[in-house]
Amino acid sequence: MAECHPVGFQWVMEAKRRGATIIHVDPRFTRTSAVADLHVPIRAGTDIAFLGAIVNYIISNDRWFREYVVNYTNAPAIINEKFQDTEDLDGLFSGWDAEKGQYDTSSWGYEGVEVSPAAGHREMFSGEPRSERGAMLSAEKLDPTLSDPRCVFQIVKRHYSRYTPEMVEETCGVPRELFLKVAEALCENSGRDRTSAFCYAVGWTQHTVGVQYIRTAAIIQLLLGNIGRPGGGIMALRGHSSIQGSTDIPTLYNMLPGYLPMPKATYDTDLNKYVEYNKSATGWWSEFPKYIVSLLKAWYGEAARPDNDWCYGYLPHITGDHSHMVTVAAMADRMVKGYFVMGENPAVGSMNAALQRKGLRGLDWLVVRDFAPTETAEFWRSAPEVVRGEVTPEQIGTEVFFFPCSAHTEKDGSFTNTQRLLQWHHKAIEPPGDCRSELHFVYHLGKRLKELYRHSDAAKDRPILDLAWNYREIGEMQEPDAEEVLAEINGYTLPERNPLSAYTEVKDDGSTACGCWIYCGCRKDGVNQTARRKPGSEQDWVALQWGWAWPANRRLLYNRASADPDGNPWSERKKYVWWDAAQKKWTGFDTPDFIATRPPDYRPPEGAEGIATLSGIDPFIMQAEGKGWLYDPSGLLDGPLPTHYEPQESVLKNPLYGQQCNPARLEWIRRDNPYHKAWGDPHYPFVATTYRLTEHHTAGGMSRWLPWLNELQPEMFIEVSPELAELRGLENGGWATVSTIRGEIEARVLVTERLRPLNIQDEVLHQVGIPYHWSWIGRSTGDAANELTAFVADPNVSIEESKAFSVNVVAGRRPPGPRAAAAAPLTEPSGFEDPPRDLEAVQGKPIGHHGLRTGKKELTEEG
Amino acid sequence: MKFDLNKLVWPALRQVSSGDVAGLGKASFSKRTASLKSRLSDADRVVPSVCPYCGVGCGQEVYVKDEKIMDIEGDYASPISRGCLCPKGSATMQLVTGTHRHQKVLYRRPYGTKWEEIPLQDAMDMVAVRVKKARDATWEDQTGKGHPLRRTLGIAHLGGATLDNEENYLIKKLFTSLGMVQIENQARI
Repeated sequence: MAECHPVGFQWVMEAKRRGATIIHVDPRFTRTSAVADLHVPIRAGTDIAFLGAIVNYIISNDRWFREYVVNYTNAPAIINEKFQDTEDLDGLFSGWDAEKGQYDTSSWGYEGVEVSPAAGHREMFSGEPRSERGAMLSAEKLDPTLSDPRCVFQIVKRHYSRYTPEMVEETCGVPRELFLKVAEALCENSGRDRTSAFCYAVGWTQHTVGVQYIRTAAIIQLLLGNIGRPGGGIMALRGHSSIQGSTDIPTLYNMLPGYLPMPKATYDTDLNKYVEYNKSATGWWSEFPKYIVSLLKAWYGEAARPDNDWCYGYLPHITGDHSHMVTVAAMADRMVKGYFVMGENPAVGSMNAALQRKGLRGLDWLVVRDFAPTETAEFWRSAPEVVRGEVTPEQIGTEVFFFPCSAHTEKDGSFTNTQRLLQWHHKAIEPPGDCRSELHFVYHLGKRLKELYRHSDAAKDRPILDLAWNYREIGEMQEPDAEEVLAEINGYTLPERNPLSAYTEVKDDGSTACGCWIYCGCRKDGVNQTARRKPGSEQDWVALQWGWAWPANRRLLYNRASADPDGNPWSERKKYVWWDAAQKKWTGFDTPDFIATRPPDYRPPEGAEGIATLSGIDPFIMQAEGKGWLYDPSGLLDGPLPTHYEPQESVLKNPLYGQQCNPARLEWIRRDNPYHKAWGDPHYPFVATTYRLTEHHTAGGMSRWLPWLNELQPEMFIEVSPELAELRGLENGGWATVSTIRGEIEARVLVTERLRPLNIQDEVLHQVGIPYHWSWIGRSTGDAANELTAFVADPNVSIEESKAFSVNVVAGRRPPGPRAAAAAPLTEPSGFEDPPRDLEAVQGKPIGHHGLRTGKKELTEEG
Repeated sequence: MKFDLNKLVWPALRQVSSGDVAGLGKASFSKRTASLKSRLSDADRVVPSVCPYCGVGCGQEVYVKDEKIMDIEGDYASPISRGCLCPKGSATMQLVTGTHRHQKVLYRRPYGTKWEEIPLQDAMDMVAVRVKKARDATWEDQTGKGHPLRRTLGIAHLGGATLDNEENYLIKKLFTSLGMVQIENQARI
């Protein structure tokens, strides 16, 4: 955190000055470790084993927060009697369907009721639409004593019973004494009077079990009562200025603004079905119809009417996974004609960079928008495979357009930061030359397309012709008015166009338009709330008048949990939001994240529906039953509880189960994406992990062109321990070549004790640290770490595994000549054992389009 | 006659006479020091902004003179950053004013070996024509089972995490309405 979010880290230091204990778990010793009370070097890719052992420590030593757990989590819920745990099936949960190559999740659910997940693969769990879906858990399905062997609490306890300090030592390479210090520090610092927080970044997400990493932290935090309370939580430290915003208003294939799912061809054939499949009978998602109807009104204006399903039929439908890697594999197979890339540099920043560039070569045309031509724009001219002579520009048919972009200082707009806070940046000057904002580009492209299709009467072209696309144009450049776009995102009444002030005003009868329901209120009273800048020194510590946080300017989500079941603060010290009995409403330092006037003693009457089902002790209002999920009965594809699986390319056999890897992981079985052996591959004996440096940013588009930053961090390097240096004859400042079966890179060697060998299972295990910012153009160049990585991903979110994989390191520079797997098929190394990644029951998963081996067959059957 | 502090040239005298015995206050100012001022005080305006690098969202102040950016500093009013910027944030001035910034549209023909500069408006027209052509050629109306698709898999998009919310909104709105579904950004990493 000190390296990649230094200014955010000042608050960690502030906490430390007030006595907080800082624990840093990372394979490397970094600037964060330097000021931490405890640094825990860990084998990359084993965090679930580490965190799972903390869960076991909390439960077996009776350190959990009983009143919080019993009232606010699903610990008492009784689970389906058919459920079997990984303890019973050697690393698999019940329901593995060998033919489909995926889990049938029906045995994971609550006894007798089905709950729809707040997020995730909702369609996998909803089945045929039924009005009772997401019904309340009735009393007979709960065991408040938490002693029933089929209740969530007991299942969690059994699941993690073998995650012991000894197992941590054997799996993670963390000495048991050090592990115990961490577990004890966390427990000591949790309860009524104290809270602990977790911070993570892509070191937790870029794994084939990434989602389950975060889930394990969620289990710990719920057991310790650290969610919804000040100083608690699990914080994703996001790496781009508005990556949170581009998730909320998603430029992502599977969602519409405000976390509404994209329509799926097989299920969501009309608006009624879409609503039935995706709304929840209980909890806040029962409001779903209002959000989709108001979104359609914002997009298609007058054309959206009740008699045409509000133009629902204009939306395209998905038939499976259309995520980045799936799309690039399709490009490499010449199935995609055109590609827009705006402010991203996949030829450097995305996994298996050579395959990324092969994808670009398969296009008819490519549009790149950035400050200067990036590697993605120049792939046809000077990429490594071009330099090596494997392919020449004369063989590459892709037409390339490079458009120079405006900087944030040359346009109005809002960024959403990592804590959901929207902040407006004002235009300071005009952009130079032909530089334009993306707002300008997309708006004027839309105008041109409307013109090109003007005379069409084809049904497929109606969405373009009916698209509400009138924004005020400012100045000679005809820049669209960004605040007018924000006004549409915020929403307004129809036909008056009065701004809405809260998402509770959004309607499903066509009387409101709202581009993103969770952002409703950001332009309350017609005032740009995101541009508010009352100095922090003139406000209390919550600083509600700086910017605007979604939803409803809440700074801390689920903050009802900061009060006890009776609505009183858990302690004076941790007071945040509470029930004011005199005024009969919730109040506090923050906007309460609860139904404002619902008393703590409210219990839903028999037959209640929608929001009325949320009781006074249901803080997690987005969940169908209002409780935090220790155990995840629906929504995830790879199991209801996080389980330690080894990375796709590991150096060790899974110490816990026969099942080596996540059985539901996504693999791409292609000649241009080969994998190492599951473990013990003698050609690739070391663990590698990638990361950022303080002085550079992502794939370098905003940093490698700046002399100031290049002077601070001038050259690509790798970090190795003195022991590994000795083993391989590496010299500090000399050259090394790092290789995988997919590619080879050279880098300067930094021999440092910041990386240390781990002793695991009586063996010495070496890890290699690889920053990923560099590539072949810009003002500071070097080889790209992503030449090494593979297409392999988490099944829930299709995010790649680049934080733990196996490599080889040798002294000296990279040899010239063909190497990249994407350019020339490599011969498979042979002559040693090839251990399976999967139990026999899991082997033989079907392989779909473009080599994707996935367990989402039901979704892709028509794809 | 009014006593002028600055006329007491000897610093020690100034210290004593002004009551600034430690010499850390006003007494430490020579005439020249007192006349010095920050380059930024000449700014025509200071525009509030936000750092474009990571997700922390540090406050920035953009100093403008003669329609040019003079400097970008941390915003002390921000309860997030309290005036701080990290090495990247401190380099924002160079990011937005540096000579690396291209100001012309570049075009590379199929099988071409060099970039060519083309006018912005022509390039926009060319892209629009290509979008229409690709969309029309790859349109899928429904699945074999008659389920609706109404989409194209022939055009894809990548990027958004470095862009504004308003830009992401228009990208999603336009591209989805064109029938594109392969719309992705850095959040998928």
